[in-house]
Amino acid sequence: MSESLVLLEVKDLKKHFPIHRGVFKKVVGHVKAVDGVSFTLNAGETLGLVGESGCGKTTVGRMLMGAYRPTFGNIWFQPPNDEPRVDLAEIRPEQMKPLRRHIQMVFQDPFASLNPRMTIRQILAEPLVVNKIARGRELEARVRELIELVGLKLIHLKRYPHAFSGGQRQRISIARAMALFPSLLVADEPTSALDVSVQAQIVNLSLEIQDKLGLAYLFISHDLGLVRHFSKKIVLMYVGRVVEYAPAEPLFARPRHPYTEALMSNVPSTKPEMAGRKIILKGDPADPINPPPGCPFHPRCLYSEEVCSTVEPPLKEVEPGHLVACHRAETLNLAGCDALGCAV
Amino acid sequence: MVPTLEVQDLRVHFMLDEGTVRAVDGVSFSLRDGKTLGIVGESGSGKSVIGQSILRIVPPPGRIVEGKILLKVEDGNGTTSQLDLAQLNPHGKEARNIRGSDVAMIFQEPMNSFSPLHTIGNQIIEALRLHSDVSKNEARNRAIEMLGRVGIPRPEHRIDSYPHQLSGGMRQRAMIAMALVCNPRVLIADEPTTALDVTIQAQIIELLKDLQEEFGMAILFISHNLGVVAEISHDVLVVYFGRVMEQAPVDVLFREPLHPYTRALLKSVPGIDTPVRSKLATIDGTIPDPHEYIPGCPFFGRCDQCGGDTVCRDDAYVLTKVAENHSVACPMVCVTE
Repeated sequence: MSESLVLLEVKDLKKHFPIHRGVFKKVVGHVKAVDGVSFTLNAGETLGLVGESGCGKTTVGRMLMGAYRPTFGNIWFQPPNDEPRVDLAEIRPEQMKPLRRHIQMVFQDPFASLNPRMTIRQILAEPLVVNKIARGRELEARVRELIELVGLKLIHLKRYPHAFSGGQRQRISIARAMALFPSLLVADEPTSALDVSVQAQIVNLSLEIQDKLGLAYLFISHDLGLVRHFSKKIVLMYVGRVVEYAPAEPLFARPRHPYTEALMSNVPSTKPEMAGRKIILKGDPADPINPPPGCPFHPRCLYSEEVCSTVEPPLKEVEPGHLVACHRAETLNLAGCDALGCAV
Repeated sequence: MVPTLEVQDLRVHFMLDEGTVRAVDGVSFSLRDGKTLGIVGESGSGKSVIGQSILRIVPPPGRIVEGKILLKVEDGNGTTSQLDLAQLNPHGKEARNIRGSDVAMIFQEPMNSFSPLHTIGNQIIEALRLHSDVSKNEARNRAIEMLGRVGIPRPEHRIDSYPHQLSGGMRQRAMIAMALVCNPRVLIADEPTTALDVTIQAQIIELLKDLQEEFGMAILFISHNLGVVAEISHDVLVVYFGRVMEQAPVDVLFREPLHPYTRALLKSVPGIDTPVRSKLATIDGTIPDPHEYIPGCPFFGRCDQCGGDTVCRDDAYVLTKVAENHSVACPMVCVTE
C-alpha cells in the first residue's frame, strides 16, 4: 500500500440529534453533536481525534462505522484493490455490508464489548463465519494466528471473557477487529479503562500491529500525551467543531488555537520541578444544544475579542497543513509544549 | 508535634469463602495540617480501602483486623489527645459524629454520592445541621456561601438545584462544598477528578489547593493518576497489593524514585522526552492473586531488578528508611544503598 493513498476523506460532516418533547414527540431542537468536521486520513497512518467529553469525537467514529447516518456531509472511503471510492454517508445499508469488514472498531470498555456467553474461539471466529471468509481448518488456523498476533496463548481460546483481565480483554477485542484484515481501525478510547502499566502494553501492541499489517488508525482519545505518541496528524474538537487540525510536531511546538494551548497546559505532569504554567479555563464546555454565538469557545477563552462573540471563525490554513478556527490565529503567539513545561 | 491523623500498621482483611483477601496489609502514614498526602496505586492495590477504613465505611466482609487510626482531638483546655478510630463501633454515635465533621470525604462519581431526590442545598444543610447547632436560615446562608466559595456561579439559585441539573464539574464542586461545610480537619479525596475532563480536572485541583490554603485541612488524595498526584501532593505513598512500596516527598519521589515498581510506573507513561512511536516500558505479568499470601515483596516476578532471585519473595516485607522522609520496601535497593 502506498503511503500517500487517501483512505478516508471526511468532508463537512454533521450529525444533529433531534430532541423530542411532548405527547406528539414534536421536535423542539437539535443536539449538534457533530457540526462540520473535515479531515483526511492516509492509508497506514494514524489520525488522533482529541476533545473533551461531549465534543462529538465518539459520534464521528460511529458515523464512520455506519452506526449513525450523518445529517450532512460526506465520508469518502477508498476500499482496497482499486475499487472506486464510496461515500459512506450516502450508501444504502445493503451496499454497506461488504464494506464493513474494511473498517473495524475497538471500544473503550473491554468488559462490555465481549459477549460473556461466547468463548474466545467463538468470538474470534464469528466475523470470519459471518462474512464467509473461512471455515473448517482454515478458520481454526486464522483464529490461532489472531490469538498469537495479540500475544495471548492457544489455551486461552476455550475460555470465556470473564476469565481475563482488562488488558487481556482489550487484546481480544483487537484480535477480533483484526480478523477481517481491515484497512482502518477506529479505536475509541481503547486504553482509558486500563491501568497505566497495562495501557503501555496495549499501546505497544497497537503500534506493533500497525507496523506489521500497515493499517490506518483513527485514534479517539482525550489523552493528549497518548495521541502525540501515536499520531501523525491530530484533529482537536470542541462542541462538534474542529478547532485545530495539524500534523503532530508543529501542533505541539506551536499551537494556534487558545483551546489547544489550555488543554496542553492542563495535562498533569509527573515532573513537579518543571511544572509549568497552568491555564485554568473558566466554566464548562459549551452546551451542544445551544452553543454560544460566534466562536463556541469564546466564553472560556483568555484572548477573546468582540468579533469572537458574533462571527463564527472559519477553519483556515495558517501554515501548510495547519488549519485553525480562530479569529486571532495570526496575531496570537501561543505557548507550545516546551514553553508551557507541559507533560506531553 | 502530634499529626492530625496517624495511621499505624493498618490491616484490613476481607474474609471471603474462597479465602482471606489482604486488601490493606500493614500501611502506616501520618497527615499534617495544611498538607496533602497522595496515595497512588493501580486498581486492586487497596488504596480506596485505606480511605474507607479511616471513615469506618469499609464494606463487609471487610474488617480492620489490626492497626491504629489516631485522630488528633483537642479539648477546650488546649490539651490534645489521640482518638483511635479503629476502635470505634462503625455504626455508633461517636463514629457518626466524626464522619462529615472532623473527617470528610469526596468521591469519584458525584452523581452517585448525592441523593437524586433532594436538592444539593438540602443535602448540604442536613450535613451542617447534623453536626452543629445552627438555625435553618443560618445553615442555608452558610451553604450558599460555601457553594460560592467553591466557584459555583449564582449559588443563591444553584442551591435549589437537583444533582442531575448540574454538570460533572459543578457536581464535584458541590460535593466539595458539602464536605467542607463543617470545616473538617481531614479531607479524604478518593479519585475526585477521574471522571472529569482535563480542563475541569485542572480547575478542581486548583480549587482544592486554594481551599487547603484557606481552611488549612489535611488532604488524603487517592488516585491512580501519577500526574494528578504529582500536582497536588506534598508527600506521596506508592501502594501495591495492600502494601507501601515507597514513601517520599513529592519532588524526591518523581525525580529519583528508588523502588523498581515506582520507576516502572513512571516509565510506562509517555512523556515529553519519550520518542514518538517508541516502545513504552511495560510491567510484565499481572497483580498477584488477591487470595495469595506473599510474605516478601509482592512485586516479585514482575520486577526487572531481582532477576528471579527468590530472596525478594521469601524475605519478610520491610519498609526501610533510606533518607529523611524517604522509605522504600525493596530488598535489592535497600541492600545496595
